[in-house]
Amino acid sequence: MTKPSFFRDSVVPVLTVIAAIVVLWYVAALFMNHSTVVAEAQLKGLAFTPSATWYRSWALDKPLLPAPHQIVAELWRSTAGLAITSKRSLVYHGWVTLSATLLGFLLGTLFGILLAIGIVHQKVMDKSLMPWIIASQTVPILAVAPMLIVVLNAIGISGLLPKALISTYLSFFPVVVGMVKGLRSPEAIHLDLMRTYNADDFKVFTKLRWPASVPYLFASLKVGIAISLIGAIVGELPTGAAAGLGARLLSGSYYGQTIQIWAALFAAAFLAGLLVLVVGWSERLVMRLMGARPERRAA
Amino acid sequence: MNVIDIEALSLTFETGDGPVQALSNIDLKIAKGDFVSFIGPSGCGKTTLLRVIADLEQPTGGTISVNGTTPELARLDRAYGYVFQAPALYPWRTIARNVALPLEIIGLTRAQQNERIERNLALVNLNGFEKKYPWQLSGGMQQRASIARALAVEPDLLLMDEPFGALDEIVRDHLNEQLLQLWAKTRKTVVFVTHSIPEAIYLSTKIVVMSPRPGRIHDVIESDLPRGPRPLDIRETPEFLKLAQRVRDGLRAGHSYDD
Repeated sequence: MTKPSFFRDSVVPVLTVIAAIVVLWYVAALFMNHSTVVAEAQLKGLAFTPSATWYRSWALDKPLLPAPHQIVAELWRSTAGLAITSKRSLVYHGWVTLSATLLGFLLGTLFGILLAIGIVHQKVMDKSLMPWIIASQTVPILAVAPMLIVVLNAIGISGLLPKALISTYLSFFPVVVGMVKGLRSPEAIHLDLMRTYNADDFKVFTKLRWPASVPYLFASLKVGIAISLIGAIVGELPTGAAAGLGARLLSGSYYGQTIQIWAALFAAAFLAGLLVLVVGWSERLVMRLMGARPERRAA
Repeated sequence: MNVIDIEALSLTFETGDGPVQALSNIDLKIAKGDFVSFIGPSGCGKTTLLRVIADLEQPTGGTISVNGTTPELARLDRAYGYVFQAPALYPWRTIARNVALPLEIIGLTRAQQNERIERNLALVNLNGFEKKYPWQLSGGMQQRASIARALAVEPDLLLMDEPFGALDEIVRDHLNEQLLQLWAKTRKTVVFVTHSIPEAIYLSTKIVVMSPRPGRIHDVIESDLPRGPRPLDIRETPEFLKLAQRVRDGLRAGHSYDD
């Protein structure tokens, strides 16, 4: 048995995978951009050497597939290189999307928890609502989003809220499903115990069902926060794309700015990862405060 | 005065395979201060009978009174403490807060709660473990904490459903001894479910031998062992062995070996 090492067990595997992806990416960019480079050479009447063709296919302005360093440069230019108030700053667009994400996530979580509480306590709600809740998620959100935004605009609601509502629409679902399971998770023996104390439904909820459901809540929140971000981005697409990461994706595709699209994609992925991490950290903090046994990682 | 009075009680469960008679024609009186054990093989209805007393199951026939009233009113009055087969401690509460759970529900002040937590944890020799979480305690200590929780509401009646069934024999002996001392000190009425013959005889003033299909009482044995704390080596005495023989005969006679 060797001692566990953070560097050997965590850093090395991750870096190896990333390095492999980057290498594959450069090779893929070479092939995908090749025809563009050849066409450009013909147009200008130039004859590229093979090595010049290589370099050129990693340095095009509008490549089919940008090379990793081009995306990194664009990310750097549009975050650190610009004032965050600039309309071209990814920080600005990221914040627009993030605020809609967080508002929608908050509303979706609250709505999901309330629905779950109703479903667990009222058999009628269980029977009547559950099929609709499941059906709601089979509707393609890309079809619903424009309608919702147009309808809300017509009654004078615009800006942050319509986008947030699409996040809500997506994120309440995992919360309902997880919380229904969580609120029903107490064992029969724990419920019997409450019965011997003559505890009413409210006390059973606050002292047993709610604390028992916390691990289920966090599992749902991790899914919920990620799809909230997707909801906010989808919500930005049909609005004419004034601001937000969704707007960057859309305007990038209008003008063939593939590097801009990829930079926005990476910004969104980074944001999603960060949000899931924050939820994970708060989970660990809450579970520690609730006295959970520290996880022992298998060697 | 009888704390528990059961006459011609029966209970039939409706299951998918048709009705199952869990209890049939049970007659039993339990006097105040008694330590009564229900013993029998699995399926004899001993746990079901305890749950009927606790109003966790409803009988389908006969009469039963607990503390001179119905089991439901006794439960609403919090007349008993119930100890389950598993400790059933809430993992997110410390030992002290687990003992405080029923006290919070009753609505005692924090000061009253603390006084009862301290006193009842001392009764089961768990002082010093107030701030520990259940997973930090051994199985035997967890079950002692759950006994402290049952005692915390200060009931005159303690219902215990195979509380030491999951523990090893050494721990079980130790807890049996402690339980008997606790019973002598607090003078509560205890109804105790077990499938261990020595445990039943060592603890009880009255042993109820039950048999299955349908669950019924086969024999009720009044123990002639001295009341109060008994030394563990009482289990080697002729009186004890005679009682054990009678319980064993009863279990054998009541158990059908045909199937």
